[in-house]
Amino acid sequence: MTTMTTPVLQASGVTMRFGGLTAVRSVDFTVNTGEIVGLIGPNGAGKTTFFNCLTGLYVPTEGTVTYKGTVLPPKPHLVTKAGIARTFQNIRLFANMTVLENVLVGRHTRTKEGLWSALLRGPGFRKAEKASEERAMELLDFVGLAAKRDHLARNLPYGEQRKLEIARALASEPGLLLLDEPTAGMNPQETRATEELVFAIRDKGIAVLVIEHDMRFIFNLCDRVAVLVQGEKLVEGTSDVVQADERVVAAYLGEPFEGDPGTAETADVAAAETGAAPQSSTTSTKGEAQ
Amino acid sequence: MNTLPQQLANGLLLGSMYGLIAIGYTMVYGIVQLINFAHGEIFMTGAFGALTVYAYILPHGTSMWAAVPLMLIGGAIVAVLVAVGAERFAYRPLRQAPRLAPLITAIGLSLALQEVVRNFYPGADKARSFPSLDTTHDLGAVTIKDADIFLIIAAIVCMSSLAYFVRKSRTGRAMQATAQDPDTAQLMGIDTNRIIVIAFAIGGLFAAVAAVSYGLKYGNVDYRMGFLMGLKAFTAAVLGGIGNIYGAMLGGVVLGIAETLASAYINNIPGMQQLGGQSWANVWAFCLLILVLLLRPQGLLGERVADRA
Repeated sequence: MTTMTTPVLQASGVTMRFGGLTAVRSVDFTVNTGEIVGLIGPNGAGKTTFFNCLTGLYVPTEGTVTYKGTVLPPKPHLVTKAGIARTFQNIRLFANMTVLENVLVGRHTRTKEGLWSALLRGPGFRKAEKASEERAMELLDFVGLAAKRDHLARNLPYGEQRKLEIARALASEPGLLLLDEPTAGMNPQETRATEELVFAIRDKGIAVLVIEHDMRFIFNLCDRVAVLVQGEKLVEGTSDVVQADERVVAAYLGEPFEGDPGTAETADVAAAETGAAPQSSTTSTKGEAQ
Repeated sequence: MNTLPQQLANGLLLGSMYGLIAIGYTMVYGIVQLINFAHGEIFMTGAFGALTVYAYILPHGTSMWAAVPLMLIGGAIVAVLVAVGAERFAYRPLRQAPRLAPLITAIGLSLALQEVVRNFYPGADKARSFPSLDTTHDLGAVTIKDADIFLIIAAIVCMSSLAYFVRKSRTGRAMQATAQDPDTAQLMGIDTNRIIVIAFAIGGLFAAVAAVSYGLKYGNVDYRMGFLMGLKAFTAAVLGGIGNIYGAMLGGVVLGIAETLASAYINNIPGMQQLGGQSWANVWAFCLLILVLLLRPQGLLGERVADRA
């Protein structure tokens, strides 16, 4: 944990309603510089809706979101320009573009170019283009994809596609990076590598907000974790505080077991079905086995 | 005398014109999945924009060397304004509407533009004469006019700049990104509305270039000229694989050559004597389209729909 506590992102009283349904209910939430913050909660808890409020896809019904003190503009491309970048739960790369081109698209808001300078290919244009490409290569190097710059994004293996998404998000030179389930579908080794990558991003001075179902990943990684249940923030605190909170366990696994044989298994199945990583002993033994 | 080289040249020229117009269909389709059936009329307004410059703005007797560039500018301004205006006021409000709504709007807009020109442009209800470049050059097997030289140079310049622009420039990359996934493109900081406007504007610009070439080549323009040219260009875009800019040009050239050769030679085939000549050209053009759609539904250079997703 760093001692700096300047807020990068501040959400206060954010409520999002769709007709009669309240998906997010008066959530207060802060991410400070140099922090990695986790956002967890069962499926349908409103995590993604909340994320969308942070990226300008939704304008909150009530409440405000500020980035470094200014209220977020209501257009996604302006939010990106302001300094918030994100990755997606389902990989959404530009599949028919090369690895390098994907990162260059990420640099869109950080490059300037006139129509004519591009067509006439003036010296200023070439210089800017070269600088942009160099920066993109740095980022590809950072995530370990520099050798694959000319491959089409769709031909990359799954784990590398995830890395490319991160490089593309970093290309917009964000002050805050939002990761939506970055380890979904990854094996333990890839998850471990992603952990290292997120730490390295934090060390570059970029605040990180992660949504994840993989509890081990979240509790290893985050300085602070907030739990969202049915649209409301249930708990927020350090990993230890959140892990010990009975309400969190209840939210993920249902009511405490009654000692009835088979109940634990049923609860595990239920948790797995809702997409939540079970926290019971089965996972921890698997974790230790690696 | 062997007429084949001449016919091939005619086909290539006609096809380049189709290709230039087809770019407008294919770029707009690639980005917003809308078939802009008013694009033929955008081509037509471009021709009248150029005619206005020649007939009402320039003094009589201006040399064609000075007139043609100014006509191009005039035509381009009108066609780009009409294209961008159509996007802004006719299509953008319907962006979230079911697919059929903008399609019908496009047809309505196409009729409206025709009628506006017919009723308000002096003499546009009949063919109006357009300055033509008729000086011919005999190149041995092939005879071409100045207008043809203008057309071929314009097509090459336009197409190569576009290909370069889309592949290499920042805005071009943003266009590709928007075509592949507009929502993600937005989250990467791309103003997708601006990209859509640029696609319409490029379509209008290329249509204006085609329109000036058309006028210089055929020597007259009228308010209905956009209908058949638009339909053929749309055919060319589908033939080449809609959404693909190289496909649009290739489709245009293939269509132009096929149509020209068919109308010139098909009556030499025994039993098909009645099927030759210019009046059958459209039949052969659309037969080719049907054939391609049967054998290769995604068009010559198109990707299968499954690959797009």
